Amino acid sequence: MKHAGRSHRSLRAPSMRRSLVLAGVLLCAALSSACGRTPAAEQPLTFWTFGREGEAIVKLLPDFERAHPDIHVKVQQLPLTAAHQKLLTAFAGGSTPDMTQLGNTWLPEMVALHALQPLQARVDRSTVIEPDDYFASIWATNVIDGTLYGVPWYVDTRLLFYRKDLLKSAGFDAPPRDWAEWRRMLAALSDLQRHTYGVLLPTNEYEQLMSLALQQPDPLLRDGGRYGNFRSAGFKRALAFYVDTFRLHEAPAITNVEAGNPWLEFGRGVYAFYLSGPWNIGEFRSRLSAAQQDDWATAPLPGPEGPGAAVAGGSSLVIFRNSPHQQAAWTLIEYLSQPAVQQRFYDLLGDMPPRRASWTGGALRDDPKARAFRDQLERVKPTPPVPEWERIANEMQLVAAQAIAGQLTIDQAATEIDRRTDLILEKRRWVLDHPQPSAEGRR
Amino acid sequence: MNRQHAAWLFLAPALLVLGVFFLLPVIAALALSLTDYDLYTLADIRNLRFVALGNYWALLQRPLFWSALGHTVYFVAVGVPLSMAASLGAALLLNSPLARAKPFFRTALFAPVVTTVVAVAVIWRYLFNTKYGMANFALGHLGIHPIDWLGDPHWAMPTIIAFAVWKNFGYNMIIFLAGLQAIPPDLYEAARIDGASPWRQFRHITLPMLAPTMLMVAILTVSGYFQLFAEPYVMTEGGPLQSTTSVLYLMYEEGFKWWNLGSASAVAFLLFIIMFAVTALMLRFSRRGGES
Repeated sequence: MKHAGRSHRSLRAPSMRRSLVLAGVLLCAALSSACGRTPAAEQPLTFWTFGREGEAIVKLLPDFERAHPDIHVKVQQLPLTAAHQKLLTAFAGGSTPDMTQLGNTWLPEMVALHALQPLQARVDRSTVIEPDDYFASIWATNVIDGTLYGVPWYVDTRLLFYRKDLLKSAGFDAPPRDWAEWRRMLAALSDLQRHTYGVLLPTNEYEQLMSLALQQPDPLLRDGGRYGNFRSAGFKRALAFYVDTFRLHEAPAITNVEAGNPWLEFGRGVYAFYLSGPWNIGEFRSRLSAAQQDDWATAPLPGPEGPGAAVAGGSSLVIFRNSPHQQAAWTLIEYLSQPAVQQRFYDLLGDMPPRRASWTGGALRDDPKARAFRDQLERVKPTPPVPEWERIANEMQLVAAQAIAGQLTIDQAATEIDRRTDLILEKRRWVLDHPQPSAEGRR
Repeated sequence: MNRQHAAWLFLAPALLVLGVFFLLPVIAALALSLTDYDLYTLADIRNLRFVALGNYWALLQRPLFWSALGHTVYFVAVGVPLSMAASLGAALLLNSPLARAKPFFRTALFAPVVTTVVAVAVIWRYLFNTKYGMANFALGHLGIHPIDWLGDPHWAMPTIIAFAVWKNFGYNMIIFLAGLQAIPPDLYEAARIDGASPWRQFRHITLPMLAPTMLMVAILTVSGYFQLFAEPYVMTEGGPLQSTTSVLYLMYEEGFKWWNLGSASAVAFLLFIIMFAVTALMLRFSRRGGES
């Protein structure tokens, strides 16, 4: 820079002052152009992924980076078990990434922390992301108090995997459509002497009971998520159906640890039904023999009266509020939301796409095992959007396990879940009743 | 500058470090345990409420706290005597005049202490796998049915105790070895001349002479074992059926899984009170034993 200044002075010898200004301008120009380029090169877009998604995403990124040479994406893979605490710790320490994959049950928590960037304005301008093309309930899990914070990336719901051949030999030609029919099949397919059961419902997983509870018209929490609503007639009906399945010996009262290898047992006919998620399509394909591949199928979850709802799970892509690379992050979200890219993502991993357009092509269109999911996804229901939900669901299951063991009646269990839930939600009630002047002002 | 000033001046750097990195966090945690610091507070500090002893009261009413305390006491009550017996046994073997290749065995037996818990715990998880683990493979040769070591609520804690004992006994072994070597050999010589059997020599010379060492080792081991965390964290994640959830694991879940730092700090202080009481009791007990 010193050199540049001198050359200017010798050129026309204007006043010392002017040459200094000129040098300063040049310096700034040089620096700012450098600054404009360095963030891309030295400050890449950091993207956190949890679990297996990280391995698949790195195969999709080369194409993205070819199309956008100015954006360099740095994927950091976190194990799923450590993801939640890592996110909270990163927020507390001010070291959040630019964007992350976020399970839609964790989204309300991050929103409560004011950590996420609202995205509605960007979606409105986008030509790639069309909200109407997404499954409505999945999209709705990203809207908290009327504000959109994430774009669905992949979906997850629970439905029935069942043994076609076993059902047929018991005299049933089609999977169950409602609870009564399902109950009849469970009774026909369970045999205490032969140690066969209608269905496997691990007693330490809350997703199964939660799926049945979501099928009811009653919400799980009431008064804007201030109190538990587990004493409602609907939840009690779901809990009774769930607990009865164990009491009638149509499901073994074991945890998923004791269940060991459910795929093998399903293949042996120990269980005729298995209530689980989309990743098990791949598991059953690889774990059961080729000869058995025609014996199993998937079916939407039966409801109390006719085809029922199920949980709207999955992960979204979100941008952190304090990220300096908002535009670059959005560009990546748009790329990952393209139907063609989502189809490739499904091929790599088996994660199901959240938009209907992605289901019209590729491997998904003709896959008979995926068809039940496509059907079910139109009827999924989100879990209550409160940060405490995962904790409440854990408590719900602990109490339900006591009811299975015969320690509590249905009414007692429902009352106990409500009691625990109200305790957990105490702080939320206080915060809602003592509104603070907007947290935006704090920053 | 008088001598006292000079002494304080020399102590100042150490005191400063201790104050900033030890005393201050402890006081802050105590203050935290009297509040309901949680996720909402993390979002906005104005959501903080002073709850006095509310966290402590709530914890004492939680079944999970009591079951975690029960698991921890089980671990301490079984693990500490086992660990001390293993240490003493190994030390006696190493101290025996018959032992060969002492430096090799001393190092080999000490090796588990210096390995990292996590790496070794992963190996143990392989060894105790129900289907493919070496433990069940060996049992199979004896005609014993495979045991679900880490998946069965009744077996998970014994497995963790075995792991912890194996991991830690080398450290106490070295201390015992030093204690054994400090016993004057002429005592044994005199006992032998009087015709005392090896067992009586052990009972009337070794044990009494080792008593102060045993007390110190016992206190160190008890306070260490009360802080059970890494083993269940890596091997079982507190399960199955929360049968390996220790007090410290509960604190970790409260604090870093659910982010209830107020309640988590209260767990820490309750554990501190319990450990303090147990150590004080042990000291008192041994003092009375020494007097009689």
